[in-house]
Amino acid sequence: MEEKKIYLSINGKEVASAPSQTILEVARENKVFIPTLCDCQNLSPFGACRLCLVEVAGLPKLVPACSTPVAAGMKIRTDSEKIDQYRRLIVELLLSDHEPDCMFCEKAGDCLLQDLAYQYGLKNSRLKGERRAALIDDSNPFIERDNSKCILCGRCVRVCDEVQGVSAIGFIGRGFQTRIGTPFNRKLNCEFCGQCIASCPVGALTSKPARRKGRKWQTRWVKTICPYCGCGCNLTLHIKDNEIVGVHSDSSSPNEGYLCSKGRFGYEFVHHPDRLQFPLIRKGGQLVRAEWYEALRLVATKFQEIKSRHGNNTLAGLSSAKCTNEENYLFQKFVRAVLGTNNVDHCARL
Amino acid sequence: MKKINSREEFDQLKKELEMLYNQNKKRIIVCKGTGCTASGSVKVIEAFEQEIERAGLSDTVEIKRTGCHGFCEKGPIVAILPEDIFYQQVSVEDVPEIIERTIRKGDLIDKLLYQDPKTKQKYVYTHDVPFYAKQKRIIFHHNGLIDPTRIEDYLGFGGYEAFVKAIFEMTPEEVIDEVKKSGLRGRGGGGFLTGLKWEFCSKAKGKPKYLICNADEGDPGAFMDRSLLEGNPHLVLEGMLIAGYAIGAHRGYIYVRAEYPLAITNLKIAIAQGQELGILGQNILGTDFSFDVMIKEGAGAFVCGEETALMASIEGRRGMPRPRPPFPAVKGLWGKPSNINNVETFANVPFIITKGSQWYSEIGTEKSKGTKIFALAGKVNNTGLVEVPMGITLREIIFDIGGGPPKGRKFKAVQLGGPSGGCIPEEHLDVPIDYDSLISLGAIMGSGGMIVMDAANCMVDVARFFLEFIQNESCGKCIPCRIGTKRMLEIVTRITEGKGEEADLELLQELAEGIKATALCGLGQTAPNPVLSTLRYFADEYRAHILEKRCPAHCCIALIKFEVDVDLCKRCGLCKKVCPAGAVSWMPKTAASINKSLCIKCKTCIENCPAQAII
Amino acid sequence: MTNSIAEISQAKAILVIGSNTTEAHPIIALQVKKAVRKNGSKLIVADPRPIALTKIADIWLQLRPGTNIALLNGMMKVIIDEGLADQRFIAERTEGYEEFKKVVDRYDLELVSQITGVPASLIQEAARIYAQAEAASILYAMGVTQHRSGTDQVLAIANLAMLTGNVGKENSGVNPLRGQNNVQGACDMGCLPNVLPGYQSIADPHILSRFEEKWGVSLSNKPGLTVTEIFQGALAGEIKGLYIMGENPMLSDPDIHKVEKALRSLDFLVVQDIFLTETAQMADVVLPAVSFAEKEGTVTNTERRVQKMNKAIQTVGEGMEDWKIICELATLMGYPMRYRCAEEIFQEIADLTPSYGGMTYQRIEQEGGLQWPCPSTQHPGTKYLHHRRFARGLGKFTPVEYSPPAEIADAEYPFTLTTGRKLFHYHTGSMSRRVAPLQEIYPEGYLEISAEDAQAINVASHEEVVVKSRRGEIKVRALISDRMPRGVVFLPFHFHESPANALTNPVIDPVAKIPELKVCAVKIERLATGD
Repeated sequence: MEEKKIYLSINGKEVASAPSQTILEVARENKVFIPTLCDCQNLSPFGACRLCLVEVAGLPKLVPACSTPVAAGMKIRTDSEKIDQYRRLIVELLLSDHEPDCMFCEKAGDCLLQDLAYQYGLKNSRLKGERRAALIDDSNPFIERDNSKCILCGRCVRVCDEVQGVSAIGFIGRGFQTRIGTPFNRKLNCEFCGQCIASCPVGALTSKPARRKGRKWQTRWVKTICPYCGCGCNLTLHIKDNEIVGVHSDSSSPNEGYLCSKGRFGYEFVHHPDRLQFPLIRKGGQLVRAEWYEALRLVATKFQEIKSRHGNNTLAGLSSAKCTNEENYLFQKFVRAVLGTNNVDHCARL
Repeated sequence: MKKINSREEFDQLKKELEMLYNQNKKRIIVCKGTGCTASGSVKVIEAFEQEIERAGLSDTVEIKRTGCHGFCEKGPIVAILPEDIFYQQVSVEDVPEIIERTIRKGDLIDKLLYQDPKTKQKYVYTHDVPFYAKQKRIIFHHNGLIDPTRIEDYLGFGGYEAFVKAIFEMTPEEVIDEVKKSGLRGRGGGGFLTGLKWEFCSKAKGKPKYLICNADEGDPGAFMDRSLLEGNPHLVLEGMLIAGYAIGAHRGYIYVRAEYPLAITNLKIAIAQGQELGILGQNILGTDFSFDVMIKEGAGAFVCGEETALMASIEGRRGMPRPRPPFPAVKGLWGKPSNINNVETFANVPFIITKGSQWYSEIGTEKSKGTKIFALAGKVNNTGLVEVPMGITLREIIFDIGGGPPKGRKFKAVQLGGPSGGCIPEEHLDVPIDYDSLISLGAIMGSGGMIVMDAANCMVDVARFFLEFIQNESCGKCIPCRIGTKRMLEIVTRITEGKGEEADLELLQELAEGIKATALCGLGQTAPNPVLSTLRYFADEYRAHILEKRCPAHCCIALIKFEVDVDLCKRCGLCKKVCPAGAVSWMPKTAASINKSLCIKCKTCIENCPAQAII
Repeated sequence: MTNSIAEISQAKAILVIGSNTTEAHPIIALQVKKAVRKNGSKLIVADPRPIALTKIADIWLQLRPGTNIALLNGMMKVIIDEGLADQRFIAERTEGYEEFKKVVDRYDLELVSQITGVPASLIQEAARIYAQAEAASILYAMGVTQHRSGTDQVLAIANLAMLTGNVGKENSGVNPLRGQNNVQGACDMGCLPNVLPGYQSIADPHILSRFEEKWGVSLSNKPGLTVTEIFQGALAGEIKGLYIMGENPMLSDPDIHKVEKALRSLDFLVVQDIFLTETAQMADVVLPAVSFAEKEGTVTNTERRVQKMNKAIQTVGEGMEDWKIICELATLMGYPMRYRCAEEIFQEIADLTPSYGGMTYQRIEQEGGLQWPCPSTQHPGTKYLHHRRFARGLGKFTPVEYSPPAEIADAEYPFTLTTGRKLFHYHTGSMSRRVAPLQEIYPEGYLEISAEDAQAINVASHEEVVVKSRRGEIKVRALISDRMPRGVVFLPFHFHESPANALTNPVIDPVAKIPELKVCAVKIERLATGD
């Protein structure tokens, strides 16, 4: 059922919206930029970063656009001088407690905080003081957490709870020393899906296998499908110098950008030294390197031989649930049309 | 007790209990509140029991262990009824004398009477003691009379009448209407109209609805909720029952700090008694109203007093506030409509129902009705809990009830509203206090903390102290509170260490205003108040620290020279006597001097110097 | 799947049976979690082990391995007895109800509870939740199919869905979860002994002649052999030459000692793969293929969505795309295959496969994949199957009876072994075990065992044990797990060092020819110390 439209104004311009939308959603639909750090697709509004505060005529306080629903006739201002000043102060505060590590940071060039600092021209924060010490957790082979870069937007905590249902991490400590960690500092109980890395807007969570292999924007992106289970998750491979150096998934894909540990981290096998590089033929009990023409001719000859000596139905083929449709189609065509038998199957049952 | 199943049975029981209460019987009331317990009242009670037994007075004299009387400064407190004789600082040794002289013979024991430190006048009766004379003790009235562990006591003094009236004679709408008309505002700090809050929740769609009593009293020094829960838990339960009936809730939670063991014990007893009597549980008094109460112990995070954080904590999650809307009335505990009020607010409700909104709204100012309990502390002669009508002046509370600063020192300011409140200087002491006047003075009502400061308090240091508290208790969720208050604390600390710069004041102001405007919850939004209000009234002290590198109150250690001002020195030698490090040299009739290589900067000399000669 | 993945979160009730969704289909598990946590759906999990989803389930039916049919029949009897069946759906869309009912009628709760070990009241409650939900969805995987009675189990699931009208509708249906990225496509493409692409029967002369015409050869209408039959054939000397593309039966198939014997009996074995797998090591010729990142083509996921893979990097070494290798071989054998690119092959697929008929690379890329059936270029693809009518017309109730697994734990082999997948690895491990972080987090196979059983045989966690079945034995470390019920042990099949399939029972389902990998009897011995 189509929701009834309501009308309101943003920065003096009348806009239409559905009544269940938030101010942020309506603003984005109408191309009004409101900065955010803690807002994240599919996650519940958190209201922590305070960058999306806007003025609503008649309300005594600023309201967060991410969690405030629109109402008919609402008059919203997103761009007043006061708001701009507050946003600037918030970014300044964040920078005052952030390792100025852009030179080495994996996320440089793809970091929301960096973007905001750039936007507001905040080269030097007037606010100097204690910074949280770098508490780097790299106790696992997939995810590295550097708490000194963490802005505590809570995206990782929420995605782990709301989407993944694992709740491996949460907020711990209080005051300035608040940080993300495991409940009661216990051992990390994690599925290593890396949803947290994908949701982190800064360089606090990074993929260990992708470290120093090239920043996301320095790589060529190729969209493809995950080679593992049957969910069919969409992957975007990051390629640099003919090597897969990282993976992400578009939030617009059927899998909503979510992946599992295999999909996100399981690409290394492609470049593994064990990869078969050339054909092998068994000679004197050993498999030895052969040229393609030699190997193919041997196979053709042997199949022909068996066919003529023992009949078509003494040949069989096992196709692959890991190959493409085109390849599977051709394989059964080969078995049926060339080998002349219906002895074709694959491991669907296993 | 036998379960009662109807109004008739309730009325019958009340009648019996009232008849049992002989107005003329001798009663020795001993305070067993936390304050008096700490000063030894349990031993005093035991002594009274033994002594009465020995004197063979068991049938004629009754000992009552009651909740807090408020005047904790002078505990253990003993009152003798029906005369209402007021004995203070009673020790075990005094007990035989009290039995022998006061109980048997009706004589007064002079040394146990309260003496005003200024006028030296002595007082016999509780209601004459200046500490009590200007109070209006409605909520606290029964605290000094009943044994909180006996539901019979509560019933005997009209307990649960308001609830019975509500469920038998009023519709939920009428109850809400009555509370609305009374003008009762939330006593937890915000000051939102209680009746209106109930109405929102009662009209919210969704079931079940939850009622929550916020007993997470976190302001340093404030203990009125604790005293109510310890001394009169049934009053709070009755308020909750009425609220539950009004909004349509069947389950109530009391979120109480685990650091309040006596409150928890007494609440548990009260709840069990209520269930046994049938005042709590299914189909209360034969009606179709059911209500039960559960206790949830909090782990002591200050922010859990914030209602959304409190609800998260009940749900077993980390106590962190969330943005509103949705408001708890619409989507609260477990995502269901919930109403949350503070202990003192609930304690007001039965009086409004019994005596009517008309009676209630006659107490107080135009926009703030009824009484308010304050926790009077700091540099004041009479510390303790005081219940006063809204509209009373600060001067009356601090000087008439509190007896002013001790040792004749000069009053400087009063800090109101807990860590995120503000300081009010002498010039505003005559403003009638209510929610709105305090805000316009830069403070807040808060939960009613009231800390008096004298000339020896440095206002920059006071601001630093409260900022430090807030910073440590910040949940860390929003940036302005987590980092902003940290930066403010660093600047203020710098100033107290003599490292402040002129630009710091502007930066402080900017940060304070920014945090106030952008922080997520009430804790963060009010966090800059201590700085803002001290900057407003005591900017000179900040400037003295920054420009002259001097602390006018001789409080900030980094700015004290630890030298004796020869002109001021009275040559009394007290400094030499108290110095733990042997750093002071003094000869009779000569000015003292301090050997800085021995001095450990403990400030003992400064605190004891009658002439404030150590600078 | 009759539904789409996205529909799972919209179902009001979900029955997960024989699927450890969180580990084997992690992203589909997210939909189940979303359903329960965001949308308030009811979740019933039927599994011998407390899998991750049981934590958020409303009801967990902890049944004994291999007793699904009894459980399902029991649930159906409750539904019929309590008048919760969808009579209108039964009347309009199905046939065979009366005969089916007679069989189900014998499964009273007491008997079912006895067979399955699940309390009667839980079965009753689960039946009510499932039957009364506005839209109910069943998710199942190999915990249902990998049994001697796998076909019957699937039929029982279909019966349950039809009985309550929970199929052929949005958000409600029967959803087998496919374990490999293109297992659906391999089936769709006719890599099965009895059907051509699009499940077109080789027995249908019209169809066969269309393919003969298109392919320019005459084709056999005699059904071929299934995997298990091929190996039996090899052992019997009836299969002489075998061409294996991208498969590793030396780890994945039951009773691998027998598989090994079969492979050794062949005259000629060709294996085409990207690694020298356990199977490739036995080949006469090994042909190097390329990985997913080095080729273009389409794959079809478990929700029938055909999606496009793209070439991301240049070929490693001399490897060649599988399709190119096949083309070369065919051409060498006198049947020229001259496709210039994968797209040309796809055009031929679309031409010959009605359910793929309307698909083109362009559409697949633009529309975010297409779900079959998509018979024409105007057809948007199909979100859920069997809307208004089943493929065969009316849905057929097929009465099925419970039969116990082929091998039951006994005095000599006192434990029931069940096998499956772990989150961090994939199939025979040839890929995932060559990914350093995955290998680091889960380096080797473990025998998961309950604390009580471990104590009974005096084995500590991480201690090596020997697991023996009537077919073989393996060495593996034991892992005490609170997931294991007493008497049941679990082994993943990813690890060549401790191949679970050295133990499994090759007995197969008579119809689907699927082996009973989920139940066999084993004994466990402590490895003698001091050697």
